[in-house]
Amino acid sequence: MSDKSTDAYWKANVRIITICMVIWALVSFGFGIVLRPLLAGIPIGGTDLGFWFAQQGSMLTFIALVFYYRWYMNKLDLEFGVEE
Amino acid sequence: MDQFVINLIFVGSSFALYIGIAIWARAGSTSDFYAAGRGVNPIVNGAATAADWMSAASFISMAGLIAAVGYGNSTFLMGWTGGYVILALLLAPYLRKFGRFTVPDFIGDRFYSQTARLVAVISLLVMSITYVIGQMTGAAVAFSRFLEVDSTTGLFIASAVVFAYAVLGGMKGITYTQLAQYVVLIIAYTIPAVFISLQLTGNPLPQLGLFSTHTETGQPLLQTLNEVLMELGFNDYTGNHGSTFNMVLFTLSLMIGTAGLPHVIIRFFTVPKVADARTSAGWALVFIALLYTVAPAVGAMARLNIITTLYPEGVQGEPLAFDNKPDWMLNWENTGLLRFEDKNGDGLIQYYNEANPPQRAIDEGWEGNEMVLFNNDILVLANPEIANLPGWVIGLIAAGGLAAALSTAAGLLLAISSAVSHDLIKSMINPGISEKGELLAARISMAFAIALATWLALNPPGFAAQTVALAFGLAASSLFPAIMMGIFSKKMNSTGAITGMIVGLGSTVLYIFTYLGWFFIPGTNMLPNTPENWLFGISPLSFGAVGAALNFIAAFIVMKISAPVPVEIEELVESIRVPKGAGDAVAH
Repeated sequence: MSDKSTDAYWKANVRIITICMVIWALVSFGFGIVLRPLLAGIPIGGTDLGFWFAQQGSMLTFIALVFYYRWYMNKLDLEFGVEE
Repeated sequence: MDQFVINLIFVGSSFALYIGIAIWARAGSTSDFYAAGRGVNPIVNGAATAADWMSAASFISMAGLIAAVGYGNSTFLMGWTGGYVILALLLAPYLRKFGRFTVPDFIGDRFYSQTARLVAVISLLVMSITYVIGQMTGAAVAFSRFLEVDSTTGLFIASAVVFAYAVLGGMKGITYTQLAQYVVLIIAYTIPAVFISLQLTGNPLPQLGLFSTHTETGQPLLQTLNEVLMELGFNDYTGNHGSTFNMVLFTLSLMIGTAGLPHVIIRFFTVPKVADARTSAGWALVFIALLYTVAPAVGAMARLNIITTLYPEGVQGEPLAFDNKPDWMLNWENTGLLRFEDKNGDGLIQYYNEANPPQRAIDEGWEGNEMVLFNNDILVLANPEIANLPGWVIGLIAAGGLAAALSTAAGLLLAISSAVSHDLIKSMINPGISEKGELLAARISMAFAIALATWLALNPPGFAAQTVALAFGLAASSLFPAIMMGIFSKKMNSTGAITGMIVGLGSTVLYIFTYLGWFFIPGTNMLPNTPENWLFGISPLSFGAVGAALNFIAAFIVMKISAPVPVEIEELVESIRVPKGAGDAVAH
């Protein structure tokens, strides 16, 4: 593989990592903690949506993120011919 | 059948299973011993990682911590799972591609420096040994309660069992034992939770039960819980009553600490391919979330059940009489982890927040909260008894708690033994050592580490939760930044990385010791551990994130003013970044 395509592969990887990490921070530190007051108006089971994100929602999002990243990277590996 | 006999059957048969597996999967080579021959299926590895990761703290303590504080302790849920996103995206695939056995191996080679390797070995040993003491103590508590022996005997039983399968089996044995332990611990955790959720809400899924309607009152469970707590003068369960800033920092510390724990990282070296490392991290998170989404339900429901037990006629009615205490209270009073005291001599147990007494306590002239001690750690273990579940469920939860403590202890011991035999002896002291000699050294260092941990757990220097916090702080501030810079920065050089690790590790240890005492010896702290004395209001528990930031900053400053990275190292970093060719990696 040429240096140029290595660079492109790595750039695409870093881009998807950045997107995933932004969502990671948004659901946990964001919805679960700092932005919780913004979600206070959305009731869920005796409390508000921020509480749900803090105790369950962020974990479910984490799982989705890891599997999405896996799927995306496997596709990217094939595209650039760097799969095993 | 007698409860003791039931416990014995459950604990005994689960142990027989683990030891049987360890013998069946005995390690023959160093590759088997350190990395299970790299042939582990990613889903199996995910379950093993989950068991390895979920320690006595997750199984026994976490729900109790959440129950005690409510929303504020969601930090444990987000922190201990969020770290797996970091692992899966930022560390695991590249470390698998690198293709060696240990974390110090990566740091030593990537930073082309024996000093870097040594600093990594020291960080690893300190954090793993402090962590393993906590596991041994947890196992000892569970043994002493369920086998009705004293805690010293419980500790010796735990050491003997860990010794048998960790030393004989190595990583290969541990992987399959941990798979069995995962099954035991998840069943043990879920069954009582399902029963309790059915009792309180009619919903068999605890995850949904938490947000469902409470059958008895006809309103949401959490609203009921908030109301009874506030009537007793406590904070409401779902509100935020702490510092948001500390909550963010503590969550972040737990996340990057998780990603930096060597015994978790090495699990990703055992799968065949780079793509499998990504898959495996995903499955680990699924298996962990099965327990972690149940834990908040267990916490909230147990808290409500305890209040209902103490106020059988509702919080405005007559409290429970001392003479009518259920058996579980008597059992746990014997362990010294639960205590009542009839302060006003009326024969009834008044339970309320005496720091913020409710109107009723003032009106009736109560003389203080009469449940004077409730150790959070008993909550999960006592949960089936609190909810009046049958004896076999209690036996099951005993086996589950022990599985959690022992699987993590075994994983930690493996990380310790690899660091000594592989990184210290083979890489630094005697490179000519034979494979047989290396295996022997690994087993001896493991036996030595068990002996040390047992001895330290026999004479605990007065710490439990603190040591776990230190282990996370150390991992967050020392190893995680070094590994990350090693992958994501081609320019990071040895001087920068070494400085970073020392600054991160040093500042974190110093900050923790300042407030918690030198080596946690009570009375040697230089400042009282209260929010007014904390630097910028940062709790010692949350300092790992700051230590990590200092590590990054110091490393980049020093890198700018020192010699650049050799060309072959830049090539090494490039090769780590692409999955192709991982199969060719050699065990040097």
